[in-house]
Amino acid sequence: MTDREDHDQEYGYILPRVSRSALKVWRRNWDVFFKTYQVNFLPPFIEPVLYLLAIGFGLGMFVGEIDGIPYVEFIAPALLSISMMNSAFFECTYSSYVRMYYQKTFDAMIATPLSIDDVITGELLWGATRSLIYSSVMLLVLIGFGVVSLPSSLLIIPFSFIAGLMFACIAMCFTAITPGIDALNYPSFLFITPMFLFSGTFFPLSILPEPVQLLTIAFLPLTQLVIVARSLTLTDLSPLFTYSLVWIGVVTAIFFVLSTWLMRRRLIV
Amino acid sequence: MADYPVIEAERLTKRFGTLTAVDGISFSVSRGDVFGFLGPNGAGKTTTMKMIQCISPRTAGALTVLGMDTSTHPREIKAELGVLPQETNLDPEFTCRENLLAYARYFDIPVSEARKRADELLSFVQLQEKQDVPIDKLSGGMKRRLLLARALINDPKLLILDEPTIGLDPQGRHLIWEKLKALQAAGNTIVLTTHYLEEAERLCNRLVIMDRGKILVEGSPADLISRYVGNDIVEAEHTPEVVSCLEEMGARFEIYGDMVQVLTDQPREVAKRLFETCNPGHVFARRASLEDVFLKLTGRVLRD
Repeated sequence: MTDREDHDQEYGYILPRVSRSALKVWRRNWDVFFKTYQVNFLPPFIEPVLYLLAIGFGLGMFVGEIDGIPYVEFIAPALLSISMMNSAFFECTYSSYVRMYYQKTFDAMIATPLSIDDVITGELLWGATRSLIYSSVMLLVLIGFGVVSLPSSLLIIPFSFIAGLMFACIAMCFTAITPGIDALNYPSFLFITPMFLFSGTFFPLSILPEPVQLLTIAFLPLTQLVIVARSLTLTDLSPLFTYSLVWIGVVTAIFFVLSTWLMRRRLIV
Repeated sequence: MADYPVIEAERLTKRFGTLTAVDGISFSVSRGDVFGFLGPNGAGKTTTMKMIQCISPRTAGALTVLGMDTSTHPREIKAELGVLPQETNLDPEFTCRENLLAYARYFDIPVSEARKRADELLSFVQLQEKQDVPIDKLSGGMKRRLLLARALINDPKLLILDEPTIGLDPQGRHLIWEKLKALQAAGNTIVLTTHYLEEAERLCNRLVIMDRGKILVEGSPADLISRYVGNDIVEAEHTPEVVSCLEEMGARFEIYGDMVQVLTDQPREVAKRLFETCNPGHVFARRASLEDVFLKLTGRVLRD
């Protein structure tokens, strides 16, 4: 066996080898989060209120209704979806990168029985948890404003974990290949920002040209979140509901495997 | 405990692309050893440490730690290791005590046991009063001590210290040495790398000097000194007179810049003869140190 094959056999494997220890990494991030909860809980309260007031009620005055739905109720699920995307994506890009590169937290962890796969999986689960925390807080606000229907909207809570996990896995792939923290601005501006605007968030996909619509539905992760979330908050199942859920499941699995593989490649030298 | 070496490396090799960082080294560390890795920058010390820690896979050769192969039993090996890293990687968001408790969790140490050990270790490294202080309020010396305490949280069978006193002031350095001496006296096995030869001379009972990925020499500090430079050194100013004088005497000497070093077992006689016959300016006789061995073997050219 050559040296290279030896190395591949030990570290170049495809499926991550995760142990229960991943939860300890998750727990570490949880502890830090609640140590500074005062700063962590304010944004998810304030952000949706601002959007609701400015866009929902302000712009909504001119828009009126979309497909027979008041505009503010149309964008409420989009705000939830964006919050899931942002909280998980930014946690597993900038924050994970800081822990990996600047604070050397990953190095400290892998000097214990934890493996890199455990560390990355813990980070991903934490990204998903952050999505759950933020969108749940936001859901409370939206319920307070009476712009989402109950009880189906409560399914947003478990859904936000799965949606967050998908964005965490995608984010971790960028973190694994970025040359530095500044280069993470590229996926933020070229991937996250366009999705924020063109995923059926603030206007329905149906007004886009048909090929663009199809591309959006086929490829954009946020589109799937909006489809599912809107079905839940309006209690009105979209014909694409199941498709989007399956899409999220498949993409999460692919990017989970890919992110752990890329991270092993980056960190095991 | 079974009778195997704590670390056994045979023709251990690590290549990064075309660069061979560790080039087929063999060594063995026994229980109770304080084993030092010395060498200039880029000698392969840290790479060797990383292979022992199971975080960097070897390219070739064999490596066992506590009788287990590093490539097949990383989790089991790492559970028994205590590591003091070269770069501080304490958790900045936690206090001293929280750092120890969070780390204990990674080793599956039950909470009550972890609390007990954290208390003991904080007092061992003299940080009881700082236990609730966040990390960024600590001095460099305190951080190193806390890292040492963290490395001991799992009661390790092997301690790996990568530059344990790097960047510390003399007080901080002496305090760490004191703690390491205490650990050594308690029978711990310690492997350390250092640039400070005085540190190696004080702490290590065995050491290797590495350069360019290879082990140049191995032995106890005293043994290496007498083997490679003799017991004493006489230094004199580098003048043509002194050089011709030494040549006449048939002495072993080397010239470094404006200084001549004579390696000898009779420092008094050499110094006396220099004074009497060669007009040497000033002459200085001293014990040979590990630093002399190190410079003799690895040269005086700067490495980066």
